[in-house]
Amino acid sequence: MSAAEGLTVAAGVAVLGAVAWLPPRATRVLGALFGGLVAFAVGRAVWGVTGGVVAGLALAAVLGRYGPATVLRRLTFLVPSLLLLVFVTTLLMYHAPGSPFAGEKVASAQVEAALRAHFGIPHSAVEFFGIYLRRLLVEGSLGPSVKVQGRTVEALLAPALPVSLTLGLLALMLASAGGLLLGIHAGLKPSSWSDSVSTVLSALGLSLPSFVIGSVLMVVFSLQLHWFPVAGWGGFRQLVLPSVTLALPYAAYIARLARGGTIEVMNEDFIRTARAKGLSETAVVLRHALKGAILPVVSFLGPAAAGIMTGSFVVETLFGIPGMGQWFVRGAINRDYSVVLGTALVYATLVTAFNLAVDLAYAWLDPRIRSRP
Amino acid sequence: MTERALPSREVSRRPSARAWRRLEQNRLARVSLGIVALMTLACFLLPALLHLDPMTTHPAFRHQPPSAAHWFGTDGLGRDYAARVLMGGQTSLLVGLVATLTCVVIGVLYGAAAGYYGGKVDEVMMRFVDFLYGIPYMFLVILIMLMFSESARGNPLPVFVALGLVEWLTMARVVRGQVLTLREREFVLAARLLGAGDFRVIVRHIVPNVLGIVTVYATLTVPTVIILESFLSFLGLGLKLSWGQLVSEAVSVVNPIAFFWWLLAFPSGFLALTLLSLNVVGDGLRDAVDPRGQR
Repeated sequence: MSAAEGLTVAAGVAVLGAVAWLPPRATRVLGALFGGLVAFAVGRAVWGVTGGVVAGLALAAVLGRYGPATVLRRLTFLVPSLLLLVFVTTLLMYHAPGSPFAGEKVASAQVEAALRAHFGIPHSAVEFFGIYLRRLLVEGSLGPSVKVQGRTVEALLAPALPVSLTLGLLALMLASAGGLLLGIHAGLKPSSWSDSVSTVLSALGLSLPSFVIGSVLMVVFSLQLHWFPVAGWGGFRQLVLPSVTLALPYAAYIARLARGGTIEVMNEDFIRTARAKGLSETAVVLRHALKGAILPVVSFLGPAAAGIMTGSFVVETLFGIPGMGQWFVRGAINRDYSVVLGTALVYATLVTAFNLAVDLAYAWLDPRIRSRP
Repeated sequence: MTERALPSREVSRRPSARAWRRLEQNRLARVSLGIVALMTLACFLLPALLHLDPMTTHPAFRHQPPSAAHWFGTDGLGRDYAARVLMGGQTSLLVGLVATLTCVVIGVLYGAAAGYYGGKVDEVMMRFVDFLYGIPYMFLVILIMLMFSESARGNPLPVFVALGLVEWLTMARVVRGQVLTLREREFVLAARLLGAGDFRVIVRHIVPNVLGIVTVYATLTVPTVIILESFLSFLGLGLKLSWGQLVSEAVSVVNPIAFFWWLLAFPSGFLALTLLSLNVVGDGLRDAVDPRGQR
């Protein structure tokens, strides 16, 4: 690692830390600014430059005026961390052996230099970082792919993003719905059938890699019973096995959390009070216990979303689904720098957006947190 | 539950001895600990004792089902599958152990420093952890793996390091939480009054007090790491001969015409049994170290 690279990383970490020191007013301004910036980038990708400017200004104004402090704090943290992510990823790729141009055809030095200039991939990581940022902010492009000739990264990811998003959200919904139902039932009646089911499920989910579960499901439901297609993407029936495979480990963990939360809540004084004033058991559970049981699950949803995205790498490969995971893995193996960076950026933005939503939900559910700045 | 341990006796023991006693009373955890020990012994001793050979190919004996000669059958190149499963276990267990050690060292030092200094230092350090948490960890692993790629395939060190480098985050968080409360305790004040420096206080007084909870999370990290390695194997970035690699190889030959069940059943059975036992031991340890937090 050269001195310039080391300094840039140090500066990035310092900035990341420094935003923690900002006074509340500065946090508000900077958070709104960063929120607007992200809205501008996303808006431009979807509606073009004018749309991006409008979206950015609108979101910045709304955030600056009404944004809750927790959201703004997360936003001040978002942009420096995305920058740091891009830079560290660039560094790792530049220091890995091989380059995008080290293919089977040996190019002469001049040809390689011309290619490097054409794709905007100079020899130094810091220079590349500069070019990448300029491209991202000024042109609103994630850059050209080296290996998929003539296509930009956003053109590659645009069809893949909805696929990964559908799969991931469906899996997350399955995992939380299934896990919550099972966990709460098990927590209300320890040592009942649902308790055993959730124990077995979490044992399975925690001790078998998802691709084993997936391939067993494939053998049973596709090859033996012919209920679902083996692989591919398109219809609803092709969605079932992958999303179940992806959801299972998380459903298991959520069930455990919900079970623990339910048992804890049911021992609280306010539950005794609710029972004492004559509420039916259903009302006690639905109106008083549910919130407490859900809390530990909600705080797990952020890591679960990141995990499900990682898991989707494997599940997409197993079921031959044209999602984003394949582009990351392929890009990493081919040293297609822009593809790797683009996927990383999209994933990181998604995870942050999701964490933001989780934060808001948590504050809404738990009044003890709401009052904190 | 038998309540043999009287309170007076419990108080007179060291915390670690008390925790050990509670673990001994947990039959499931005891059995699981035995399974892990047996599995480790089998994987590391049996191949040498029985002169098993995982590499020699016998083209005439491809895809043989389990028999007296080949307990677990043979694979697509006619190699003895029992030898491969056991040798694969060596790799997987080693990955689990070494990566966990890496993550314990990083996580404990980082978490202890953040919790001990507290305030803004803590906030900055934990923000960095949050930042890393926000990245799907497979990214980091794959990127770190690239640094060592092709030339070093088969050299397990990069995998160990890469997995350890991404798995220390939870450890750091847990340790930090503990240290935040520990540093307010009288014995830390006493040590500081006696003139101990920060480093000495952390290493001699704080770290020994978090070892219990660290053991718990280390035990739970081993299965996570082994599963992660299997993901890498599945994506073609893992080690040469591990449970994960065997399982993903078996998955890749699943087809509608012939199902070689032993190829999938033995490595994934061994894998699942080991990971399940480790998880049970970890849960048991958690209950033993922190009896109040029993859920």
